[in-house]
Order: sequence, then structure tokens, then C-alpha cells
Amino acid sequence: MISLSRILAVFAKELVQMRRDRLTFAIMIMVPIMQLALFGFAIDTDPRHLPTAVELKDDGPLTRSFLASLRQSAYVDIVTIARREGEGERLLRAGKISFLIVVPENFERDFVRGARPEILFAADATDPVASSGAIAAAREIAARAFAPELDRLPTRLRGAPAPFEIIVHRRYNPAGVTAFNIVPGLLGVILTMTLIMITSIALTRENERGTIEALLSTPVLPVEVMIGKTTPYILVGVIQTAIVLGAAAHVFRIPFEGAPGAFALAAALFIFTNLMLGYMISTVAKTQMQAMQMTFFVFLPSILLSGFMFPFAAMPGWAQAIGQCLPITHFLRIVREVMLKGAGLADITGDLVPLAVIFAVLAVAALTRFRRTLD
Amino acid sequence: MADRELVIDVRGLTKRFGDKTVVDHFDLAAPRGLIYGFLGPNGSGKTTTIRMVCGLLRPDAGSGTCLGYDVLAESRKIKARVGYMTQRFSLYEDLSIRENLEFFVRLYGMDRGRRRVDAALAELGLSGRAKQLAGRLSGGWKQRLALAACMIHEPELLLLDEPTAGVDPKARRDFWDAIRQYAAQGVTTLVSTHYMDEAVQCDRIAYIAYGKKLIDAPSRDIPSQVGLKGFKVHADDLDEAERRLKGAPGVEVLARFGVVIHVCGRDVRALARAVERIRGLEGGRADRFEPGLEEAFIFLMSEVADNFNGAGP
Ligand SMILES: Nc1ncnc2c1ncn2[C@@H]1O[C@H](COP(=O)(O)OP(=O)(O)OP(=O)(O)O)[C@@H](O)[C@H]1O
Ligand SMILES: [Mg+2]
Repeated sequence: MISLSRILAVFAKELVQMRRDRLTFAIMIMVPIMQLALFGFAIDTDPRHLPTAVELKDDGPLTRSFLASLRQSAYVDIVTIARREGEGERLLRAGKISFLIVVPENFERDFVRGARPEILFAADATDPVASSGAIAAAREIAARAFAPELDRLPTRLRGAPAPFEIIVHRRYNPAGVTAFNIVPGLLGVILTMTLIMITSIALTRENERGTIEALLSTPVLPVEVMIGKTTPYILVGVIQTAIVLGAAAHVFRIPFEGAPGAFALAAALFIFTNLMLGYMISTVAKTQMQAMQMTFFVFLPSILLSGFMFPFAAMPGWAQAIGQCLPITHFLRIVREVMLKGAGLADITGDLVPLAVIFAVLAVAALTRFRRTLD
Repeated sequence: MADRELVIDVRGLTKRFGDKTVVDHFDLAAPRGLIYGFLGPNGSGKTTTIRMVCGLLRPDAGSGTCLGYDVLAESRKIKARVGYMTQRFSLYEDLSIRENLEFFVRLYGMDRGRRRVDAALAELGLSGRAKQLAGRLSGGWKQRLALAACMIHEPELLLLDEPTAGVDPKARRDFWDAIRQYAAQGVTTLVSTHYMDEAVQCDRIAYIAYGKKLIDAPSRDIPSQVGLKGFKVHADDLDEAERRLKGAPGVEVLARFGVVIHVCGRDVRALARAVERIRGLEGGRADRFEPGLEEAFIFLMSEVADNFNGAGP
């Protein structure tokens, strides 16, 4: 018979131990802040002053005023006006510029005729984070550049659609992972790293200190130990989630489009799953050192094969198969769907179910692994 | 003895670690209220046996009951009514004294937990230091706290693995007084020790070496079972007397007690010849006496030295 009072006893004990171990607790809270700061400063998600070449194949008042407003834009720094065919492409390939803007021949004529001439914005997307801001701003730059011109147009051309077309090419990395992808992804990475690490020593520490002998000599049940030992860290997971979400909204200005309820459900399930994964490790590892090593063993594929670093769809089949077994893979999809694409509960069941399955498998495995004896 | 209810009744308990048999077909029968002493050199299998009795280790062979429950199948029920004090301190060093006691009171599902903890603290004399971390206690105090923790749920059977190691004599006496008191109330105690003065306090003693029980008898019967004969040797120069007696054929126990040397052996004639060697020493004199428990234990201990390798005799 499971006893709530025994679970609470283990829970309270863990809570006290967590509170006494100030350093570990501080690290758990500092990790998200540190990671966010690193990504916030080292990788500017809204970079400006990208070196840019402009290739003008037309010449006229409209083109000139476009050029003038480009010069005023904070996103681009015009380093070259390319005159010869293909010069801009060469510079882009050589990495001398990260942006190439091409105004086509007969641009002015087609503009006035309403033939919607195409302006090309080609970005070096090898560093997608760097170029994404400028790409997102391309339309606005153009619109602002032509605003005075638009006012002078014949009335029939006013209003949507604009009398020109913007073509954006992400060169070298068409999938274009964006900054919006990274911060929500960080939530998954932070939760995975810290929660698995902290619970992976739950039993190992008792083994190393010899306290397991006293614990096992009581009538406490394995499931009571498991619940009592993991639940205190739900609190840690919730704090970390709050920190990342707060930073996403206020520092990185990432919109939150979807249903908060669906998000909370997914986050809770993901936190449980990570705690269970760590607890599972602690039933296997003999020393805290081993527990750490096993944590990193899980952590590496979680970063590399989950879609956090590389686009999931672009990975080979075997890598995708491994990725599917990792809780973070499903959580990343859920977070991006909910935060960026406005998904609701119905949209994310495809990833919630695998997450729940992983959780259940881990819980059963941990309970079977748990030894009631010292053998 | 047979008409009294057996609290521990196990037969053939065997434990192997790898290919090493650490406990070998061990039988144990303890009636209610008995204080049972476990003696034996280091590595002889005392801890392992105790762990099997309370369900912390699974025996490789053997069967039996503890408190009426099957030791193989019902170890949870046994654990609920047993107080086990581990040889190594196994309470939480990063919890306070009170928190440790509270934790165990709650795991055993005791009612009026707070009052029990308060009572235990008062009895320990630690009420004033209840907030101190257990890890900061001195070695002897840790032992006393551990003992209090394993008794907090009023167990019917106490399994104490070298409970008084490092405890000062006064506290040791208090401890044994308490054990006697519990025994009078019907609590059975199984206690391992290396101290002679504790062994004599036990009602019955099992002497273990290489995982085998060599002797199992009421403590007063042990000397006659061992069958030692002895001489008390006096001399002005005791060191010289000891030198002459050491290694002499027939001398199996040679122990100084203050100003006398107890010389014992199982062959009384050989022993008498050996004692002749002190003839001529200033103040040299040898008187026959009946060796007691202490000499018997010294004899047993010296017979099987360290069991660390566990190879067996
Ligand atoms: N978990 C284990 N794995 C392997 N060998 C073990 C294990 N536990 C104990 N042993 C071995 O079993 C033997 C008996 O050990 P045990 O701890 O029962 O002895 P003991 O009589 O309690 O000794 P001491 O007086 O030193 O406490 C020893 O040789 C020890 O090395
Ligand atoms: Mg021992």
C-alpha cells in the first residue's frame, strides 16, 4: 500500500537537503540565466549593419532614392555599389558581404507600368541567426524606401499590392533556422541538462554516503522513494521555465502565439520525463561520477539529434530514429509549434503522446531497476 | 527455551559474493527477550548475517522466519518491526538531529511523531542541540543518535551492528542498561561486538569465524565448552615471566590482567609443564583457577585470526 505520508517524508527530506546544498541550487537557477545571456550577447539575434553590396542594373530617380534610404537603414551597411554583372554574387560567395540587393533592369519603367518588378535580397544564410533579422526586415526596408515615391504614383497603383516584388534568397542554408527557434529550443536544453543531472545522483548519493542502508531498512516502497525524490525538482523546472519564458518575452521579444494551457501541459510532462530519466540513471550508476558521465551521454544526442542544432528533417534516418526516442525532440517541436505558430492542444498531441510513452517506459524501468536490497 | 516463542528462527542461511562463501549454512534461533551476542573476527560475516535476517540482503540459500514472517518473502513486514543500527553511520549528515529522527518516524508511519521525536531527544540529552547537523556530531554521539533513530518506532527486534564502537564507558553502561530494560519488556536484541565486557552482558553468544558458527551457547556455558584450564602467574618481573611463557607448548592464552598473567590451555598437563618455566623468578608463583568468559574469548579470537581473505581454515 502506497503511503502518502511516507512520500511526504522523503519529499520533505529532499527539500531540506536541496536547500542545504546551496551551491547546487544556485547553479540550477544560474544555468538558464547564463545560457540566455550567452545567447543574448554572443549571438545577437537582431544584428544590424550587415556588410551589403547593391547591384544597380537600372538608373533613375526611383533607384537613387531607394539607394538613399538603404544607406539610412540600420540593418545594412552598403560597402560596394556593384556595376558589373556577377560581381555581387562573387562578393557574397567570398564572404565579403552578407547581403546582396539587386535592382533589375528596367525597374523604373516596370514600376510605373504596374508590372511589379522584382528586387532581389540575397542573404548569406550560413549564419542564419545573423541574417534572419535583415531578411525579416527586407520588405519593410523596401517599403520605406519607396514610400515617398508611392505617394506620387497615379492613384490606380496605390494600395496593396505594392508595385514591386521582393524576392528573398537565403543562400547556403535554405532551411534557415532563426533566432526565434533558438530561444525556445534553449528551454528544452536547459531543462534536459539540469534536471537529468540533479536527479541522476538521487540514489547514487545515498549509495555513496551509505545512507541507503538505513533507508532500505525501513518499510518505504520503491515508488514512494521515486516520487518523493523527484517531485522537489519539479519546482526547479518550473522556475527555469519561468526564467526562459520571461527572457523570451522581454529580452528577445519572441511572441507567444499559442495556447498557454497546452504549453503548460507539455512543459510539465517534459519536466516529469527528464526527472524520470535522471532517476533511471541513478538506479544504474554506482558513483556520482558515473551518474555525471551518463548524463552527458544523454545530453549530447539531445543537443545534436533533437533538431536543436541541425534541422531534424535534414538528418539521416538513423539519426532521426535516435532523435525520436529523446524527450527533448518532441518538446522542441511542441514549444516551436505553440510559441511561434500558435498551436493548440490538438496540434501537439502527435508529440505529447510519444513524450508520455517515454515517461511511462522510464518510470517502469526505474522501478524495476530499484533494488530493495543491498545486493 | 523451547516453549518460548522464537523471534528469529532461520536455518541454513548462506550468502556468497562471487565465488566466496561469506556466510555458510547459518542457523539461528532467538526466543523473545533474549540478548544474543555475535562475536567473531573482522570479516567473519556478522554484518552479512544481520543484513540477511532483516531482509537487506537476499540469502543464496536457507529459509526461516523473523517475527513470524518469512525472511525471503515478507521482508517489508519484517522491516516495519525491526530496528537496525548499521555498523557504518547511515543517517543523513546534512540533516539536523531532529530532521533525521522525524524522517525515520514518518517512514515507519508512527502516530504522534513529534512527541516521539521530542521524547527521544530528551532521552538522548540532545534537546538543546536538535537543530545541529548530524554530520557535525562527534563519533560517539553519532552512534547514540543512530541508536535512538533505530529505536524510534518501538521495534520488537533490535539488530545492532557494533553499536558502541567509539562510545565512552559511561554511555556504554547506559546503553546496556537500556538494552536490559528493553529485554525485560520483551524486545529481542541481536548485537555484534568486539568488546569482551559487552559479550559478558549477553544471554547467549554465537561465535562466528569464516562465516561458520563455531560456538552457540548461553554465555555462562562458553568457558566449559571451550574447556580451558588456567594458572594465575605472579612475579616481580612480569615482563620476564611473560617472555618465558610465550610460545611454550600448551600455552594457548597468555593475557595480562593488572599484576597477574592468566595462562590458559586445553591440555592441563602440558600447561603445568609450561608454568614450571617461571620457577626461580623473584616472587614467582602460579595458582590454578577456572578460566571465565574473557579467557575463552581471547582463546577463540586468537585461534582464528583475521578472516579478511575468507579462505577458511
Ligand atoms: N557487498 C559485498 N561484496 C563482496 N564482498 C563482501 C560484501 N560485503 C561483505 N563482503 C565480504 O564478506 C565478508 C564478511 O563481511 P562482513 O561485513 O559480514 O564481516 P563482519 O563480520 O561484519 O566484519 P567486521 O567485524 O569487520 O564488521 C568479508 O570478507 C567481506 O569482504
Ligand atoms: Mg561488520
